Amino acid sequence: MGKVVLMQGNEACVEGALVAGMRLFAGYPITPSTEIAEISAVRLPQEGGKFIQMEDEIASMACAIGGSVAGVKSMTATSGPGFSLKQENLGYAALAEIPLVVVDVQRMGPSTGMPTSPSQGDMMMARWGTHGDHPVIALCPSSVKETYDLIIRAFNLSERYRTPVLFMMDEIIGHLREGMELPELEEVEVIDRKTVKYPEPKRLPYHIKKGKLVPEMAPFGMGQRYNMTGLIHDESGFPTNSNEEAEKLIDRLMHKVSDNYADIVKCEQVGMDDADVAIFCYGGTMRAASSAMDEARKAGIKCGIFRPITIWPFPEKELLEAAKHVKRIIVAEHNYGQMVLEVERVVKDACRIDFLGRYNGTVITPDDLLAKIREEK
Amino acid sequence: MSRQEIRLAGSGGQGIILATVILAEAAIQAGMNTAQSQAYGPEARGGSCKAETLISDQTIGFTKVQNPTFLMALTQKSLDQYGPEVSENCLVLIDSGLSAPQDMKAKRIVALPILDTARTVVGKIQTANIVAVGCINDLLGITDAKTLEKAVLMHVPSGTEQLNIKALEEGFKLAEGHEEK
Amino acid sequence: MTVDTGDVSVKTKNMSNLIYKYMRPEHLPQIWCPGCGNGIIMRDIAQAIENLGLSRNSTVIVSGIGCSARAAGYMDFNTIHTTHGRAIAFATGIKLANPSLEVIVVTGDGDISAIGGNHLIHAARRNIGLTVVVMNNNIYGMTGGQYSPTTPTGAFGTTAPYGNLDRSFDIAGLAYGAGASYAARGSAYHVQQTTTLIQEGIKHRGFSIIDVASICPTYYGRKNKKGSAVDMLKWQRDNSVTVDQAAKMSQEELKGKLVIGLLHQVNYPEFTYAYDQLIRRLFEEREENE
Repeated sequence: MGKVVLMQGNEACVEGALVAGMRLFAGYPITPSTEIAEISAVRLPQEGGKFIQMEDEIASMACAIGGSVAGVKSMTATSGPGFSLKQENLGYAALAEIPLVVVDVQRMGPSTGMPTSPSQGDMMMARWGTHGDHPVIALCPSSVKETYDLIIRAFNLSERYRTPVLFMMDEIIGHLREGMELPELEEVEVIDRKTVKYPEPKRLPYHIKKGKLVPEMAPFGMGQRYNMTGLIHDESGFPTNSNEEAEKLIDRLMHKVSDNYADIVKCEQVGMDDADVAIFCYGGTMRAASSAMDEARKAGIKCGIFRPITIWPFPEKELLEAAKHVKRIIVAEHNYGQMVLEVERVVKDACRIDFLGRYNGTVITPDDLLAKIREEK
Repeated sequence: MSRQEIRLAGSGGQGIILATVILAEAAIQAGMNTAQSQAYGPEARGGSCKAETLISDQTIGFTKVQNPTFLMALTQKSLDQYGPEVSENCLVLIDSGLSAPQDMKAKRIVALPILDTARTVVGKIQTANIVAVGCINDLLGITDAKTLEKAVLMHVPSGTEQLNIKALEEGFKLAEGHEEK
Repeated sequence: MTVDTGDVSVKTKNMSNLIYKYMRPEHLPQIWCPGCGNGIIMRDIAQAIENLGLSRNSTVIVSGIGCSARAAGYMDFNTIHTTHGRAIAFATGIKLANPSLEVIVVTGDGDISAIGGNHLIHAARRNIGLTVVVMNNNIYGMTGGQYSPTTPTGAFGTTAPYGNLDRSFDIAGLAYGAGASYAARGSAYHVQQTTTLIQEGIKHRGFSIIDVASICPTYYGRKNKKGSAVDMLKWQRDNSVTVDQAAKMSQEELKGKLVIGLLHQVNYPEFTYAYDQLIRRLFEEREENE
């Protein structure tokens, strides 16, 4: 068993990222994600990496992309308003297929909102925030330990699929300190992007090998000398106006994520074997749900929990299967109703769906959930 | 140890958050589970402030304190604010000289000269939080003195170790033979 | 008068060598309008690189959005065409990740001083080792002739139909004021001087900016009755003064003049160098403690 240490969620995010190989962090101060920048500033130069505080959120995102283009695993972190500002360049990274991790420690909005209050109000922005069609991988941790493990997975997924991965934290977990067991480093799986073996100048950067969906280009400076652009491009990396090429590109971008659903999508199901009522929750809301489930079971109510760990792509197969075996799903989230729309889309009439939203800056408590569980029809 | 829901309150700058972090660290060092969090915001810079640590030998689900088993208040303002929220069985530690608000239900109250000890005995008012940590450990029996000392040293700035160990020892002394009102 | 045709052919040969060595002929001709000054400035960059003997593999060209931004795609280096205004921020990440790369930003007046103004001043302040070449044509060309932050007061654009009310930016001066350790101005007409200024800017360790007056006969020229591309180049020839000449002229005399040359150069520690020193210091401290 590894050593157990007291760690804050935001700190675990940085420590995990370092294990995953992050060596560049570009950020801008914003509550409640600031500790991620502060700790990165301390830790990165100690590990031979670089920290830079950029002039704004847009620049932070651009700088992290630039770092990755030069072959260094890069991360940026922000909260609500900053996440809004990063959206354009997020689309760039998705289209140009640049691996990086973007952390959003969500806070209450809209606008400046309540900067120190917990929220999960950016879930739909994570999926649809930037313009155009593009794939999204987004993960949600629900403990400090999971933050550590999952940020490593975020880097691994971004490297494997050459796409930005969104790490959707919330204030509940970001600012929580709890004990976590450090893994044995040699047991941690770290994935690096595939690059061409012989980076010659005429090699097509976006060439896709037969049966594959992800390009394998060398970082800048290795000799491949290709072009990257946010314009629709063909396998040469140069802009094209071909409608056929445009469709082919968007299809491939979508398929590289959707065809790998089994590898990307993870969820946790607790007590679902015999559950009559399931709590659907993610991130910090899980903590109230697990206490509520324990209480409900003590009271003889067969309660279970369905928790997406990968929130995008949405774990629709697992949820639909689970919905067939329960009478009710209670969707609990810290917003006015975002992921509940996905639950409704997937579950349809398979079971009853109730919603418990919280959008006043307080957290959903186990008692709130118990009251909902006990609610008559 | 049975589940403890610890809430510490005071004014910004008294090191309330650090005190809860040290208590959480002590719990980890003693092999227990813990969840520490704090109220952020403008109150963290001068107004009244609160921070919390849950300690349990069971897995901790919900991470926020709901029914404090222990409350400490170092200022009258924070006592007035958080005192009335706690239940009858909550143990309340207050700095000597503070008076319990009329509507406080808690019956078990311990008053100790934490601020004065820090100022006059330790010689630095900034160590009041560590004096308090010593008192709290004594009152709640979280862990042994050695483990707590280790927890303190893990979190205080380098160069202040000796001062803070003295503060901790004064805290132990202060809580010895305390009386519940 | 004798015409040395041999000389011309040598020049032509050199020029085509430059194109074949540093451009991507399969992506030429460029999309720029006939008479556009950007092609001349792109060639100046290639010539400066040739003069310095930089390796193509370790040179990066970063561009934003706009007419100028298309330069990246034509040049045979590691090239990245980024988002509007953000070229410097992308370039900062590239340089920070791998300081051994020579990173050149090719941008335009709208790209760098309007939407990207914040990144310009902060990269200048930070003194990160980028070379920024501005193709400054005083207009938004790609979107069809709207006024930009360098459009002179009173000049016309499609969004300044009654004459521009704004005052205009001096981009080189702006960067200098923000802390750029190398600031120069060139023009499309002054090929030799501009090439040298770019070359020195690349050599300079720190943030360099070369604000090059381009010409846009299609939009700026037409909207403002500046005549043909040749007329616009002649204007640059006839209205330019060197930094030395300008020093002896009054404010009144300098009105409407283009001051060409090295405006400012000073040595501060370059950012990525300073960062590497920091890493080294931390490593040494750790070794001492072990």
